[in-house]
Amino acid sequence: MPDKKVTMRGVFVNGILNENPIFRLVLGVCPTLAATTSATNGLGMGLAATFVLLGSNMVISMLRNLIPDKVRIPAFIVVISTFVTIVQMLIQAFVPSLYESLGLFIPLIVVNCIILARAEAFAAKNSVMHSAADGLGMGLGFTAALILLGSIRELLGNGTIFENAVFGANFEPMLLAVMAPGGFIVFGLVLGIINAVVNRVSAKKGAQA
Amino acid sequence: MKLRLSTGPHYLSRENTQTLMLDVLIALVPTTAAGIYLFGTQAAWVLAVAVASAVVCEFLFQKLAKRPVRIMDLSAVVTGLILGLNLPSDAPLWLPAIGSAIAVLLVKELFGGLGHNFMNPAMLARGILLASWPARMSVYLMPARVLGTTNVVPAGADAVSAATALIRPQGYEVYDLLLGNIPGTIGEVCKIAILIGFLYMLFVGTVTWHIPVVFVGTVAVFTWLIGGDPLKAVLSGGLLFGAIFMATDYVTNPMLKVGQIIFALGCGILVSVIRLTRAYPEGVTYAILLMNILTPLIDRLTTRKVYGTVKKHA
Amino acid sequence: MELSLTNFLLFMVNCILTNNFIFSRYLGCCPFLGVSSKVETAAGMGIAVTFVMALASLFTYSVYNYILVPLGIEYLITISFILVIAALVQFVEMFMKKSLPALYNALGIYLPLITTNCAVLGVTLLNIDNKYDMLWSVLNGTFGALGFLLAIVLMAGVRERLESSNIPKAFKGFPISLVIAGLMSVAFLGFAGLGGM
Repeated sequence: MPDKKVTMRGVFVNGILNENPIFRLVLGVCPTLAATTSATNGLGMGLAATFVLLGSNMVISMLRNLIPDKVRIPAFIVVISTFVTIVQMLIQAFVPSLYESLGLFIPLIVVNCIILARAEAFAAKNSVMHSAADGLGMGLGFTAALILLGSIRELLGNGTIFENAVFGANFEPMLLAVMAPGGFIVFGLVLGIINAVVNRVSAKKGAQA
Repeated sequence: MKLRLSTGPHYLSRENTQTLMLDVLIALVPTTAAGIYLFGTQAAWVLAVAVASAVVCEFLFQKLAKRPVRIMDLSAVVTGLILGLNLPSDAPLWLPAIGSAIAVLLVKELFGGLGHNFMNPAMLARGILLASWPARMSVYLMPARVLGTTNVVPAGADAVSAATALIRPQGYEVYDLLLGNIPGTIGEVCKIAILIGFLYMLFVGTVTWHIPVVFVGTVAVFTWLIGGDPLKAVLSGGLLFGAIFMATDYVTNPMLKVGQIIFALGCGILVSVIRLTRAYPEGVTYAILLMNILTPLIDRLTTRKVYGTVKKHA
Repeated sequence: MELSLTNFLLFMVNCILTNNFIFSRYLGCCPFLGVSSKVETAAGMGIAVTFVMALASLFTYSVYNYILVPLGIEYLITISFILVIAALVQFVEMFMKKSLPALYNALGIYLPLITTNCAVLGVTLLNIDNKYDMLWSVLNGTFGALGFLLAIVLMAGVRERLESSNIPKAFKGFPISLVIAGLMSVAFLGFAGLGGM
């Protein structure tokens, strides 16, 4: 059980900042690379994963005392894939354009390590409301990171953010940013820069203490 | 005394690097001169921006990262110049500026500087530019001037040739292919100048014949096998320039001769195959890059472990 | 698709090089980044993945066409495929432990990790999307996995070489690995015109 002092707000913020699933834990690399060709795709994938995380965390937390330890991983996977199937149907019905552009990576949310990792590490041990806060925080942290990467790639590769032109008509976009190599390189550089900032901040904190 | 741990060729001390790079620069003089003569002042600007951007980026990175500034080893100058020679003469000047920044920062300095880059910086920068701005990178001008007399009808300085000499090698005579009266990048067109540079590097011992000869020879044999004209295939596109100045980069090709021959064979086969598909104006860039990433495995297979030594850890 | 030598070779080049799982389709990146610091372990992981992906293609094809389609419950595809894969991995692990102990000792530790390798679920879903028959499904799984094997071994070779390089502290680990993967992926663009499918 969690420390009594851990508030729901603390759990929620933790997922967005200190333990941001992409930038701090580096989980879920494949969907991160595949869904960040534009800010819109990043937002869509992020919200879809948030929905699944929230749902699976709550259900797994509810069932945590009923599921035998030996079959817990297959049980988690069944819960997660149920939510993935629901979200896939919802996207297909209401946002067909997003369904087209994310394609294979919507059903692959099932194997997104973030979701199984939170089920195992958090939801299986905590109360329903704490698990919901964790799922929401982690999901929104994931979404924020995807939007950041998606915006950078869309800006470089297409000159736009959320389809709004940023540069003048003379801008010649760098196509590589929205191609396969661009995903790896932009993610790697942003991750390195964030590490550098975090190192500097923690060094300062250490000096003050 | 400062000790510096490095992978790969350990003999690259600062003085030696500088001499080595100076020799490469001397070998590039004929090619550079021919490029500027053929394509005019616009080409000179492209080369100047490429070199300046490479040197400035290296200087700034080393200052910011609080590392010793090594721009005097001339390696950034060589990288910038080789990249510039790989660009079309009418490239807008932001193209060489961005290209050199990519080559120096992303491919070289981020990995720890010269000797640690696992791919050739100028080649990789060209690969990135080609993928990013295909229209800028694969349409070449006919030279504004001709060397000697030519069999090609001068098309006028402003005529853009969409097809490089590579795609239609039969359209040009060997004479024009040799002198450079063909469309292409600044450095690749004048084969005579490239060969003079090669002879100089062989003479002073900067390179050995193995990689260029095996590389070019493989392409010739392959072309002959599929019924093409081997001589024209060799003299077309960026093959000679790439085989002589880029495949021979010490840092990114195998350590032993046998490994280097495997490397060169691989380059030759890949160039021939990529040329066949015609997806790109030239396959030399990607062929060398692909063999660069195979190099660590080639080294593993060709070098035997020395027993009785302890593996160093940084 | 008709089975001929040309089709077979084009398909192979296409799966291994042109549409490489890692460098062009972004499938299987977690093990690619996580298990690529040594060439030997990378090769072990790649071989284990090949084994599982070929079998998973076969089994999921059967499950889809002989169970889901006749019952009209195709929407359960994701749930059923992930369970098939999880069961398959368990089964392969038990079978190897009993009958092929040498192979188990070499590959055993990678097997549990493969269930959540998105390349495996990815390839089985792609087989259905592309309407491959049983043979092409298995070939797609096998060649896709060989592409993964190639990518992870190349990556490990480069990372071993860079072991003692003076990489900026903030970039050590994941960031530099991602940049390496990106630069390698640029080289793989050279295969874009091959395997025209």
